[in-house]
Amino acid sequence: MDLELSKTLQNTVDKLSEKFADSFVKVYQSTGDTFILVEPNNIVDICRYLKEELHYIYLNDIFGIDRFTSEDRFEVVYNLVSLRNREKLFLKVRLPEEEPVMDSITDVWQSASWMEREVYDMFGVKFNNHPDFRRIYMPEDYDYYPLRKEFPLLGIPGSIELPNSTPDTE
Amino acid sequence: MGIESSLGDGFLTTKVDALTNWARSNAAWPMPMGLACCAIEMMAFAGPKYDAARFGSEVMRFSPRQSDVMIVAGWVNYKMAHAIRRIWDQMPDPKWCIAMGACASTGGMHRCYGVVQGCDNFLPVDAYISGCPPRPDALLHALMKIQDKIRTEHSVTLDT
Repeated sequence: MDLELSKTLQNTVDKLSEKFADSFVKVYQSTGDTFILVEPNNIVDICRYLKEELHYIYLNDIFGIDRFTSEDRFEVVYNLVSLRNREKLFLKVRLPEEEPVMDSITDVWQSASWMEREVYDMFGVKFNNHPDFRRIYMPEDYDYYPLRKEFPLLGIPGSIELPNSTPDTE
Repeated sequence: MGIESSLGDGFLTTKVDALTNWARSNAAWPMPMGLACCAIEMMAFAGPKYDAARFGSEVMRFSPRQSDVMIVAGWVNYKMAHAIRRIWDQMPDPKWCIAMGACASTGGMHRCYGVVQGCDNFLPVDAYISGCPPRPDALLHALMKIQDKIRTEHSVTLDT
């Protein structure tokens, strides 16, 4: 598939594939957006490089995807924005079903903290070196990850406690 | 200048029940449990156009200890359920509950793992309102239903 990259995006792809040749997997485009797939081991350095050298200063979002495949089941997607170049970039990382663990990028963007907690809460992807690593939406002692594909729509009955509905007895 | 001037020297007979219920039903102060878009309609219900003051319910009390009717306006998730139940337990008896709108009544469109499928799972609801969100008139209707309920119940019991 031919890529239609703008000048700055082409520069980003060239620089990344050159500097992080070991981690760079592929680049593709879909519905007008550019996705760069990288290996998870070097994510902090890649993000720092993108932020400091290529001016993708704004971390728009981090989210997870459950691809429900036997290999590389989980995907973590970073949506970066360069305000100076007016470019948007999606950086993707794929993780295995057993032990989906990767490094936190909170050292680069502090705002990644809550977004990574959300990915953990919904998909069970764990982040190393996170300053405050716990669930963000679901109760702390919840046993499931709701956005995984095998999770039923209405949840597991009885898995979250309801308040006691009988009147207090003396 | 009070009632005695028009009644002369006579007297009125009534039941304590009737008097208590009359007083209670016309001063049902709501506890606004606004959780989502229904709360906007609830504000209209209290505002001058729909004017809940006509039914004695104009005083929205944000303290559970001063309120009689809890209006659950919006969808209830499991985490919030504990807070709502706690507020409900803090309200002094007698107390009533309105489940406002589809979400509070049944979970509505939020058919998912995080949302309680109807606040009657943990609250004794007296009146349900359909709609998403219901119009303020519907909330007034529910309030009138609650008033009917108050007026027909036995409020005084003999302590044996």
